[in-house]
Amino acid sequence: MSAAPPALVLEELSVRYGAVDAVRGLSLEVDRGEIVGLIGPNGAGKSSTLHAIMGAAPVVGGDVRQDGRSLVGVRSEQVARNGIALVPEGRRIFGELTVEENLRLGLAARRTRVSGVAFDHAYELFPILHEFRRRQAGALSGGQQQQLAIARALAAEPDVLLLDEPSLGLAPKIVDVVFEALGRIRESGLAVLLVEQRAQRTVAFADRSYVLANGELRLTLAPQDAGDTDRLVAAYLS
Amino acid sequence: MTLAFLNLSWPVFANGLEFGGIYALMAVGIGLVFGVLRLVNFAYGQLIMAGGFALAYGSQWNFPNWASILFCFGVVLGLSLVMDRLVFRPLRTHSPAVMLVATFAVAFVLQNIAQLSFGTFGKSAGALAFLNSPWDLGGVEVKKIAVIAVVTAAVCLVALQLLLTRTSLGLHMRAASMDFRTAQLLGVRANRVIAGAVIISAVFAAIAAVMLSVEQLQVTSTFGLSDTIFVLAGVVLGGLNRPIPATLGGFSIGFATGILGGALPSSQSQYLPSILFAAVIVVLLVRPNGLFTRGGGAVQRV
Repeated sequence: MSAAPPALVLEELSVRYGAVDAVRGLSLEVDRGEIVGLIGPNGAGKSSTLHAIMGAAPVVGGDVRQDGRSLVGVRSEQVARNGIALVPEGRRIFGELTVEENLRLGLAARRTRVSGVAFDHAYELFPILHEFRRRQAGALSGGQQQQLAIARALAAEPDVLLLDEPSLGLAPKIVDVVFEALGRIRESGLAVLLVEQRAQRTVAFADRSYVLANGELRLTLAPQDAGDTDRLVAAYLS
Repeated sequence: MTLAFLNLSWPVFANGLEFGGIYALMAVGIGLVFGVLRLVNFAYGQLIMAGGFALAYGSQWNFPNWASILFCFGVVLGLSLVMDRLVFRPLRTHSPAVMLVATFAVAFVLQNIAQLSFGTFGKSAGALAFLNSPWDLGGVEVKKIAVIAVVTAAVCLVALQLLLTRTSLGLHMRAASMDFRTAQLLGVRANRVIAGAVIISAVFAAIAAVMLSVEQLQVTSTFGLSDTIFVLAGVVLGGLNRPIPATLGGFSIGFATGILGGALPSSQSQYLPSILFAAVIVVLLVRPNGLFTRGGGAVQRV
C-alpha cells in the first residue's frame, strides 16, 4: 500500500502581479496533523502564497496540489469547498452580521450535511463566541474577532487550514489563546499552514518553519532552531 | 405654483401609498443587484417596459388575466437572466464605470428595439384597467389598485426580509453585498448569489410592470422609464446598499410622486419631476449618505 500524498504540496510555485514577482519557485509540504510555519519580512510573499493556494492570486508557474490533485486554475469558492479554509489577514469578519451568522457563513464550504450541533466544536474551542453568539461581530474586540475568524474557518470542517498572521495586533494574552487553539487544531489532525510575523514563537511552535524572503525560500527551521537568532536574522536580511 | 399640493384628500393619499409601494419594490430590486454586483442597473426600466409589452400582447391575444401576468413574469425574468449572462457576468470584474456604461447601452438598445418594433404609440394593455375602479373602505373610496399595490409591496418586502435573514441563500447574499471576495473565499458560490439577486430583482420588476400597466394603459418604449429615474433618485436618497434604506427611499419618492401627481393641477404636472429632483438635491446636500443610513459607508461604496 502506497502512502497517501501529503495534504498540501506546493511545487515550484510562482506568483506574479503584473511585472512584480511575488513568489518564486516555492516548494513546501504540509501533512495532516502538522503545523508548518511560513515566516519572513513584510513583502516576502507569504500572503501571496496563501492567496495562490486559494485561487485568488495569479499563479504563473509550478503547482499547488491537495491530496495529489492540482488546484491551479480552480476558483476560490471551489478551493474552499474542496476543504481548504483560509483565516484571512485582518480577520475579514462581517461586522454587520452576528457572530452566529458569521459562523453560518463558514458552513458554505462544508462538504457534509450540517446537523444541529454545527458550532459546538467552535464554541468549545472559543467559549467567548458562544457567550456573544447573538452580538454583532463588529462589536467584538480584535482578539474576539480573530477567534471568530478561526472558528468560521473551522466551521467548514476543512482538511487544510491556512492562517494569515492570526496574531497581528493582538494583546499577548490573546496571542496565547490563539496559539493554544492552534495546538488543539493540530491534534485534531488538520494540516495547518501558518503565516506569521512572530518568527521565534512560530519556529518554536510549528513542526517546521520556512523562511521566505523576496519571494524565495531561504531557510527551513526545526523547533530546536528557535533560539538560533543569528540564522534567523541572516535569512531575513538576505 | 399653487399650494394645491397641500389640499390632501383620501384618493390623493391612496395614490401616494400606491406609488410608494410600487417604487419601494423597484428600489429594492435595483438595490439588491447593486449590492452583489456593485452595478446600478439603468436598464431596470426597460425590464419593466418589456413586462408592459408582454401584458399588452397578453390582452391582444385574449389571454386570461392570470396568464397575461404569468407571461409578463416570464418575459421579465427571461430578459433579466439573458442580460445577466451576456452583459453583467462577463463585465463583473471590470470597473464600476464600465458596468454603468454597459447598462446604459443595454437600456438604449432595448428601448430602441421597442420603438422600432412597436412604434411611437406602442400597444394597449387594458386588461387590468378595471382595477382603477374604487373599493369602498368604510366610507372612503380607494382605487383597487392602490390597495393591491400596498398589500403586494408589503408582502413582497416582508418575504424578502425573511429570505435574507432566515435562509442560507439570504445570508450569502448579504455577505456578498458586504464583502464579495471574502464571501467567495468562504465558499459562497458567486453565481448562485448573483442569480438570486437578479431573479428577485426581476420578479419585483415584473410586479411593478403589472401595477404600472393599470395606471398607464398605453405601453410605449418609455413605459416605466420615468418611474425608474424617480426610483434611482429615491434609492440614492435612501441609501443604495441595504434593503431597508432602499425601501424607504423608494417609498418616499413614490409617495411624493403620488401625492404631487394627484394634487398638482394637470396644467402644472410638468413641474413634478423638477420639484422632486430639487427635493432630492436638497436632501443629499444635507445628508450625503442618504436619508435612512446610519454613519458612513454608503458613499464610499458607490
